[in-house]
Amino acid sequence: MAKKFLYLNRKAPYGTVYALESLEVVLIAAAFEQEVSLAFLDDGVYQIAKGQNPKAAGMKNFSPTYNALGDYGITQLYVERESLVERGLTEEDLMPIVYEDENDEYAEKPSVQVISRAEMSQIMAEQDVTLSF
Amino acid sequence: MLHIVNKSPFERNALKSCLAHALAGDSVLLIEDAVIGAVSGSSIVTELQQAINGNAVKIYALSPDLAARGVKAERVLEGIQVVDYAGFVDLTVANEKTQSWL
Amino acid sequence: MKYTIMVNEGPYQHQSSDTALQFVRAALAKGHTIFRVFFYHDGVNNGTRLAVPPKDDRMLQKEWSELAEKHGLDLVICIAAAQRRGLMDASEAKRQGLSADNIAAGFRISGLGQLIEGGIESDRTIVFGD
Repeated sequence: MAKKFLYLNRKAPYGTVYALESLEVVLIAAAFEQEVSLAFLDDGVYQIAKGQNPKAAGMKNFSPTYNALGDYGITQLYVERESLVERGLTEEDLMPIVYEDENDEYAEKPSVQVISRAEMSQIMAEQDVTLSF
Repeated sequence: MLHIVNKSPFERNALKSCLAHALAGDSVLLIEDAVIGAVSGSSIVTELQQAINGNAVKIYALSPDLAARGVKAERVLEGIQVVDYAGFVDLTVANEKTQSWL
Repeated sequence: MKYTIMVNEGPYQHQSSDTALQFVRAALAKGHTIFRVFFYHDGVNNGTRLAVPPKDDRMLQKEWSELAEKHGLDLVICIAAAQRRGLMDASEAKRQGLSADNIAAGFRISGLGQLIEGGIESDRTIVFGD
């Protein structure tokens, strides 16, 4: 039976390596046919912010990879609304990450779901394995 | 669920965020620098008491980490249970899942 | 109970390697099984044999090696994280054309799939980090 894996992202990208190396785990995890969800809360919401350009900081922009997650069958990206609001952000500030639903004539559907803190608590409670970064 | 927090609440928001997500019946274990939050009289006490009394969350603190930082057991907030590494292991057995707030 | 342990920080800089080590010892003492310890991020630095800490301090890398030998632990260092940080076993050093390797006894280098497999196979997965 497949287990539910949650990748818990609470840190901003670039300041530390956690966001990038979390994404590398997620890409490998996709091959294991488990149920994968990603949670973005606290500063982690910045990992999928629009318009990332770390070029002048001398770093590699890995944010386009989030757009490829759908091709790996990873379509559940949960973002906490309260974390966005606390940081002066809205859903408009996030990358429009989508996937093609093979059960619905490959219609493009959003992978990102902005949910409340209470809903995030429920998502956390439903998991079998939570890997924190 | 067992939540593990290892950050001082005076430096990072991990404990605050954890307490905001913990559900009734959950346990929270304070380890490493997070034990600084377990000291009676600290300004985080109100939030911990709210979690314990208002939300039925159990709070634990790791005794070797308290001792390492010179915090005597009697300085720990009433309602927080002090456990050693064996107690830590028991908590991971008693709770079906564990979530670290790094 | 069967455990997979993830260690995300290097030795000394952060307490997480110490905490993980004490947790593993306590779990083994209670008769539990450690399916795997997976070292990721700077945690790969727990697997170097070239560390020489002051004599009056603990030797974390050696403590992991000795615990692995005593209990047959599977200590896995993530290859992608290890390559970034210069942690090599003999075959990887040769493959990369490097002059030396530095992996400590009891550790092996492998892929991230080992972490996911640990999560699938174990009753509990515990993450230690910063």
